[in-house]
Amino acid sequence: MSIDMTEDSNVPYAIRTYPPEKLKDALRKMYLIRKFEEGAEDSYTRGLIHGTMHLCIGQEASSVGTCLSLTDSDKITSTHRGHGHCIAKGADVAKMFAEFFGKETGYCRGRGGSMHIADPSKGNLGANGIVGGGLPIAVGAALSAKRLGRDDVTICFFGDGANNEGAFHESVNMAAVWKLPVVFVCENNKYGMSTSIDRSTSVKSIADRAKGYDIPGVSVDGNDISAVAEAIETAVARARAGEGPSLVENVTYRWRGHSKSDRNRYRTKEEISDWMERDPIPRFAADLVSHGILSDAEVAELDADTDREIAEAIDFARSGPDPDISALTRDVYTETAA
Amino acid sequence: MNTHATIEAPTRELSYAEAIREAMDIALGSDEAVVLMGEDIGVYGGAFQVTGDLVHKYGEDRVIDTPISELGGAGVAVGAALTGLKPIFEFQFSDFAALAMEQIVNQAAKVRYMLGGAVSVPVVMRFPAGSGTGAAAQHSQSIEAWLGHVPGLKVVQPSTPEDVKGMLLAALEDPDPVMIFEHKILYKMKGHVPEGYYTTPIGKAAIRREGKDLSIVATSLMVHKALAAAETLAGEGIDAEVIDLRTVRPMDRETVLNSVRKTGRLVCVYEGVKTLGIGAEISAMVAESDAFDFLDAPIIRLGGAECPIPYNPELEKAAVPQIPDILEAARAIAKGHV
Repeated sequence: MSIDMTEDSNVPYAIRTYPPEKLKDALRKMYLIRKFEEGAEDSYTRGLIHGTMHLCIGQEASSVGTCLSLTDSDKITSTHRGHGHCIAKGADVAKMFAEFFGKETGYCRGRGGSMHIADPSKGNLGANGIVGGGLPIAVGAALSAKRLGRDDVTICFFGDGANNEGAFHESVNMAAVWKLPVVFVCENNKYGMSTSIDRSTSVKSIADRAKGYDIPGVSVDGNDISAVAEAIETAVARARAGEGPSLVENVTYRWRGHSKSDRNRYRTKEEISDWMERDPIPRFAADLVSHGILSDAEVAELDADTDREIAEAIDFARSGPDPDISALTRDVYTETAA
Repeated sequence: MNTHATIEAPTRELSYAEAIREAMDIALGSDEAVVLMGEDIGVYGGAFQVTGDLVHKYGEDRVIDTPISELGGAGVAVGAALTGLKPIFEFQFSDFAALAMEQIVNQAAKVRYMLGGAVSVPVVMRFPAGSGTGAAAQHSQSIEAWLGHVPGLKVVQPSTPEDVKGMLLAALEDPDPVMIFEHKILYKMKGHVPEGYYTTPIGKAAIRREGKDLSIVATSLMVHKALAAAETLAGEGIDAEVIDLRTVRPMDRETVLNSVRKTGRLVCVYEGVKTLGIGAEISAMVAESDAFDFLDAPIIRLGGAECPIPYNPELEKAAVPQIPDILEAARAIAKGHV
């Protein structure tokens, strides 16, 4: 099948922009995120892991669409709801699960857990347990890139809740004043824990916050990977060209509660089921099939392959060694030769 | 008398502020990764004229005036340190660090540990500290014990121009976050400072005056008050040893304990609030060790009063230890010995 590559066709941006292998990998990562979260939830329910977790089921297009065009040297800062960002930026799900299980073989050697998974080798500076904590850090990474003459762009993920933190306003302002290569990506899933944006935020759209800092702000359907990718590419190009930061709002929804303690008292079953009908994964899979990038059989194969990958990752995690208690205080400080 | 290695380089008199500036000048001149950040540190020269004219020598890209955004600014420094720069971040007053505690305590101090040792945060933060300037409660605090309570940070309080230069250069060599508390009254104090590059070790106390009858462990400006008191005491036949703690974390246990083993008497003098402060830690360190067996008198702590720093000059003096307080304490525990 031939694809009409002209912009005014009905072909979605991602499909006319990226090669088939990249598109296939994007769908694979969306499956992987969904199944990672389901595997994490299942492991928790079965008592295999402790603590808490913040699942991003339903938000996969935002993570994957945002990271689609990034290189390994581009940086991201992530949030407490960060598993999807991690996978989208190329993390190994086995090492992620191992961290979840608190194992020495995990990304943080069992010291960080769900809220601190990072993979600096892929430019992932880490999730963050503090709402808004990653915002100024992202601006610092962008300052480094500019000062040291690197071409890197930093993507700063944050949630709708963080848009009311002082750190957000201070960070966006500094990045704008200094024209730093950073893209602020708000994943607006409508609730900061239980408090809806209508009750917490003075603007209708978080993208409108950009006006206060004289930078571009755009709001997109965060469940449409193509719309996300297009907005991010525009913002990344502007950042790489030295023209400064942008704000992209990916409007999306988390299917699960805020964390394991959530009893869903603040939203209706109907609202949740409405959003579940807007599942970003089958939507993208259908696009890929209808434009001849993948066949139904290939989609089914990706689905099955990622099931297997997650099962193997959980096995790897379960069989890994626990950290040595005698190493409790290792890595508080850097060991130096002296 | 200093216990650290004698420095062979020629020395000349510099003020404490000039010594800091010289250290920053050396660092900026020898390492492109070093940047200064802070409020009004550019053409203004810093609220206490510490950065002075460095902006003219190194430009606004390396001597960076930040907006009045302590949380964001500190976070940018943390993010920059994670990605290749070596920022020296100046808080205009140490009190303003309260606005940035999130980034200092939750991010800078913990990132390395949370990530299982995958990264280091080579950031240096400078805190103009202490009372005696008539600036009242929100510009006069001594908060070094707050930060000394946080694993992952190193906290120093140099008391001389020579030490502040050497400790700032040592801080830049250090891969971990180093917090430097500079007493504002010391900025104009002059002293011999070696020329060129040298470092003064972090984590080593200095014996400023040897003595056999009692040990006075002091920090920052209190070292000078203790030395003045020791001269008076010498005239009364009381031979006081004065230890300049220099580093709050990690504390030099051995120098303090050895002194107490020798003298059997201990007075701790520090400007931070007495309760739960540095003196409590030093006292406990003695009580938990064999040095306890050498004590011939109760330990005395002289710390800040249990109130904010007041404005009235006489009240302000009364809020922190003064030379007569040190004399009284020393005479009380030296009774029966002379």
